[in-house]
Amino acid sequence: MSLLEVTDLRTSFFTDAGEVKAVNGISFNLDKGRVLGIVGESGSGKSVTAYSIMQILANAGKIVGGSIKFNGTELVGAGEKVMKDIRGNRISIIFQDPMTSLNPTYTIGKQLMEAILLHTGRSKQQAKERAIEMLKLVNVNEPEKRMNQYPHEFSGGMRQRVMIAMALACEPDILIADEPTTALDVTIQAQILELMKSLQEELGMAIIMITHDLGVVAQMCDEVIVMYAGSICEQGTADAIFYDPRHEYTKGLLHSIPTTSNDGEMLKPISGTPIDLLNMPKGCPFAPRCDNAMKICLRERAERMQIDPDHQAACWINVRDMMQKEGKNGE
Amino acid sequence: MSEKSENLVEIRHLKEYFNVNVGFFRSKPLKAVDDVSFSIKKGETLGLVGESGCGKTTVGRTILNLYKPTSGEIIYDGKPIKTKNDIREFRKKATMVFQDPYSSLNPRMTVSDIIAEPLDIHKMSPSKEARRERILELMGYVGLNSEHASRYAHEFSGGQRQRIGIARALAIDPEFIVCDEPVSALDVSIQAQVINMFDELQEKLGLTYLFIAHDLLVVRHISDRIAVMYLGKMVELADAKEIYDHPQHPYSKSLLSAVPVPDPKTARSNKRIVLSGDIPSPLNAPSGCPFRTRCAHATKKCAESMPELKEISSGHFAACHIL
Repeated sequence: MSLLEVTDLRTSFFTDAGEVKAVNGISFNLDKGRVLGIVGESGSGKSVTAYSIMQILANAGKIVGGSIKFNGTELVGAGEKVMKDIRGNRISIIFQDPMTSLNPTYTIGKQLMEAILLHTGRSKQQAKERAIEMLKLVNVNEPEKRMNQYPHEFSGGMRQRVMIAMALACEPDILIADEPTTALDVTIQAQILELMKSLQEELGMAIIMITHDLGVVAQMCDEVIVMYAGSICEQGTADAIFYDPRHEYTKGLLHSIPTTSNDGEMLKPISGTPIDLLNMPKGCPFAPRCDNAMKICLRERAERMQIDPDHQAACWINVRDMMQKEGKNGE
Repeated sequence: MSEKSENLVEIRHLKEYFNVNVGFFRSKPLKAVDDVSFSIKKGETLGLVGESGCGKTTVGRTILNLYKPTSGEIIYDGKPIKTKNDIREFRKKATMVFQDPYSSLNPRMTVSDIIAEPLDIHKMSPSKEARRERILELMGYVGLNSEHASRYAHEFSGGQRQRIGIARALAIDPEFIVCDEPVSALDVSIQAQVINMFDELQEKLGLTYLFIAHDLLVVRHISDRIAVMYLGKMVELADAKEIYDHPQHPYSKSLLSAVPVPDPKTARSNKRIVLSGDIPSPLNAPSGCPFRTRCAHATKKCAESMPELKEISSGHFAACHIL
């Protein structure tokens, strides 16, 4: 049994303009101590996936189908009581923007102690000790003094460290990091990623790393999920995704980023713009932008196909290639 | 430097200080740009990189006189820009593309009016017909359809908005464009489209760019030369390839090693130089070399004086005492 099993998860937002299928039937497993990356562009549903697992969706959003099993316990429809016990305790989340995710009117110490007091039954004094210990763990200098300061006295990188300390205070099994370094400068980003990696090794938790930066994925993740328009188009080990991409969208993404090896060449961007989630096409959501789209791509969605034991992609081209190969073998 | 005549833009000892209130009746100069000199050749792209607060945007804006320089000289095509008249003439040849495609377009103007605004200001279109034709030509340059002309900015996606912003910049037929983080608000796939467009336009129209960005891989891709800034000072300047392969200044070294490379094998083997601490506030910048508080090689000398930007090999400049 995996630590987290997501099966056919569907989350929709009900807006005045109609139903927006932000997450449209995704399935994946996460094992203990692994780092799973979810990449995709804005609107691909990667954050909504995280919010669905935590069940912190905005009012218009609803999980309309599928299941999320944590340690075998079903979370979809489990009710607020169960979720309260899991949120911030067994599964924690770090948000993208460290500037707005801390309460400006409480001290850092009070905010850190809140989760500890709520979940662990420690006394106030013990909670305070634990909070100071956590600040030390994330390399905040003079933690005793820092406990009494307010968020505005912290820099962006420091605030993100506090967020991490808060998320890890109850030793969760899963840490969800939603674009944890996007708002930070590169040298600070390097510090935070290094910190997350070393804490992950030390505490043995699993991480779901949501990002649009393929560099961060390459550096941090064991496995990668590539999302487009609410669906998973490809899933595999980091090496498989980067060195043997089997979905046209993944290939397009990898060609779009400037690297040291495509010096002086023009980039090969993906043409067009992301699709409107209100008017989803019938076939593959990426087909309208795909250079190699075939007739069937516009008509029907491709099923996820197993390419290797730990590599899956949902692209008709793989089906075609396989059929051609089989045809040749048959001759 | 012998090829002085080729320089389109030359900046000499540029300083831009802002007065910041630090209490009632007290203010303090914030040295956003502190004694920066460089030049840009005709047809070249100079990349300007650095972290937030290093003054890269201020350099771009001060060059175009959007901020009045505190001191220093801006020389364009051999002529110093000083009087109001100079500035007016200068702005017919130099322009800017802004970072945020959402807030830099007026929501109450149609696309055609946005694009034609520079033409109207500089009275550069002789007739209504000519204005219309020019708008359509510009929209063609950036890959927008003519039917988009009568729409409003909110009807467009981020990438398309940035195209509108670029068309507006091209309206006056400029020679020099300051691009201030033009792709950082865009998704990866759209970002590549816009980067390619900058490349193509440069070739077609012979443009010169000052390309400001914090994404080092993007800057490396588009630039001929790259300048690195830290806390208002320029610390290194060299050819794009040279600075990536052989960075000399300790700050450039750690900045470049901090970039996450989109390649798992390289990422695993990469030895990163992780800097400790945060960037000091520019209001309380350290004495001497601004980087010394985070530098592993800092000596006593670094606290005493700011090192000069000196040529350490042909065309490669760095400002560090240990070099």
